[in-house]
Amino acid sequence: MANRRVLPIVLAVGLILSFAIPALGLLDRYIQLILMYVGINIILATSLNLVNGYMGEFSVGHAGFMAVGAYVASILTVRVFPPGTEAFLFPVALIAGGLVAALAGLIVALPSFKTRGDYLAIVTLAFLMIVKSVIENIEAVGGPRGFLGMSKLTTLPWTFVWMVITLWVIRNFIYSNYGRGVISIREDEIASDLMGVDTKRVKLLAFTISAFFTGVAGGLFAHVLQFINPRVFDIIKSTDILIMVYLGGIGSLSGSIIGATIYTVLLEVLRPLGVWRMVLMPLVLVFLMIYRPRGIMGLREVRWFVPGYDLLASRLWRQARAEASPAGKEASDVL
Amino acid sequence: MSSSEGNLLLQAKSVTHFFGGLCAVSEFSLDLKAGELVGIIGPNGAGKTTVFNLITGVYRASRGSITFNGAGTGAGTELVGRTPNQITRMGIARTFQTIRLFKDMTVLDNVRTAHYSLVGYSAPEALFHAGRYQVEERRITDNALDLLAAFKLDSLAGEQAKNLPYGSQRRLEIARALATRPKLLLLDEPAAGMNPKEINQLMEFIQWVRREFDLTIILIEHQMRLVMGICERITVLDFGATIAEGLPHEIQNNAKVLEAYLGQEAVG
Repeated sequence: MANRRVLPIVLAVGLILSFAIPALGLLDRYIQLILMYVGINIILATSLNLVNGYMGEFSVGHAGFMAVGAYVASILTVRVFPPGTEAFLFPVALIAGGLVAALAGLIVALPSFKTRGDYLAIVTLAFLMIVKSVIENIEAVGGPRGFLGMSKLTTLPWTFVWMVITLWVIRNFIYSNYGRGVISIREDEIASDLMGVDTKRVKLLAFTISAFFTGVAGGLFAHVLQFINPRVFDIIKSTDILIMVYLGGIGSLSGSIIGATIYTVLLEVLRPLGVWRMVLMPLVLVFLMIYRPRGIMGLREVRWFVPGYDLLASRLWRQARAEASPAGKEASDVL
Repeated sequence: MSSSEGNLLLQAKSVTHFFGGLCAVSEFSLDLKAGELVGIIGPNGAGKTTVFNLITGVYRASRGSITFNGAGTGAGTELVGRTPNQITRMGIARTFQTIRLFKDMTVLDNVRTAHYSLVGYSAPEALFHAGRYQVEERRITDNALDLLAAFKLDSLAGEQAKNLPYGSQRRLEIARALATRPKLLLLDEPAAGMNPKEINQLMEFIQWVRREFDLTIILIEHQMRLVMGICERITVLDFGATIAEGLPHEIQNNAKVLEAYLGQEAVG
């Protein structure tokens, strides 16, 4: 229980640090950049985990949602917002990017209701290819040459705040009626439907929420890079997110944080190895899948992420068990 | 016995279902009164589970009609064409021939998941844990824990369902089905894998559940002890067709039934 009082402190310290690090130059700019990528990747991994880990579907199209969010947010800050207001309106651009990505998620989810597993993977792959070729063919956003002109609006505090919002909202969703629906679909979709879970609605919600935050991450990503082109959001980008999810652990928020952090940092640390790091990382993944197929945290969760009432529920059953056992009875007699 | 005797709860009329060219269920009819306990028996592959799948909406009947006097819907609502969760919401719950619990979820969450349609908060309230979220979660959790206590599973509430012993998993499956507040419970081979002593306990257990939760029950079973022991009426299926209907002792002496189970030679 003491843990729960620590959480607000951790958040406050994190927020203060996110302001202090760039302001006071506590870390060099390269490390600050890595920290921002870690934050963005945590958002991406958490969003994808909702669909692939918690719901047990297999989306490989999340780079597409990211592209939608990145382009929408960039067009807004570069072309639409009056000059000088873009820093102020940056959150609006991110949310708009997220909403359009969510709409795209809805459009992908609707026809894929009848498909599952491998088939959904193909549908999302097709979506990714469509997004890429659509962007390549719109001359107004630079086509294959890409889109530039964004200011470096993504800062460490923004990254931190959006990371916390994503984790909080997806945590809330998972620890709710809908979240139990999502997990029960992974466990046994027919049984879930037969227990009254509106599986269509639950899937739609999960997919839309996942696409929304992926779109937001895309917007943040575009405003770190300050230059995007369609090739950035290809299947390799989707694969990166998949690796983070499966490395950290499916069905676990803390897993997504760990996976995204390890993967991002490791790729940077191994940079001196050049091409060889692209041999090493997949090898790490192969061994992980053999020895820990559900990832580091697979289906387990740190107590910080479990809401207060659920901990109360777990206390209730422990009490019930204590009362049921003779030792518990004796204790209450004495009292 | 339920007060509403003579009141039809479920009516199946000439329900027929094909898998490709194979007729899995042919002209199945059943009039089920509220409070009854009816058994469906038949050799393997006779179409018993298919009947359950047709009633609960897992399959859509090729022909025929199934009507139900459900909660909140008008009398004689047609079930054919509705989704499983809509049918569950009307008051039909079931268990499965092979246990289909949510294995990696806790015992408590298995039962809470089945409360899905009874939860009174919206998606935005869930996303921000605001509004009715706290009150409703508390209510659902208390309900679930009460239900688990009634099934003597409350001390296991925090265990993952897959870690429970077989008998407890069977009980949990029934508890989970009851969490949806059914009027009609469909039990698919509840005695599968049980020894005679356990079957005796199960018979008492089914009678208790039926009284306690005021249920109408349809039961698929191979174990004749169980069927003959507790069912008030029995329908016998063979190759999708209904070959006999009647009271337990009538079925026991029915020539067609003996033939279906034992083969023609044995009857002669």
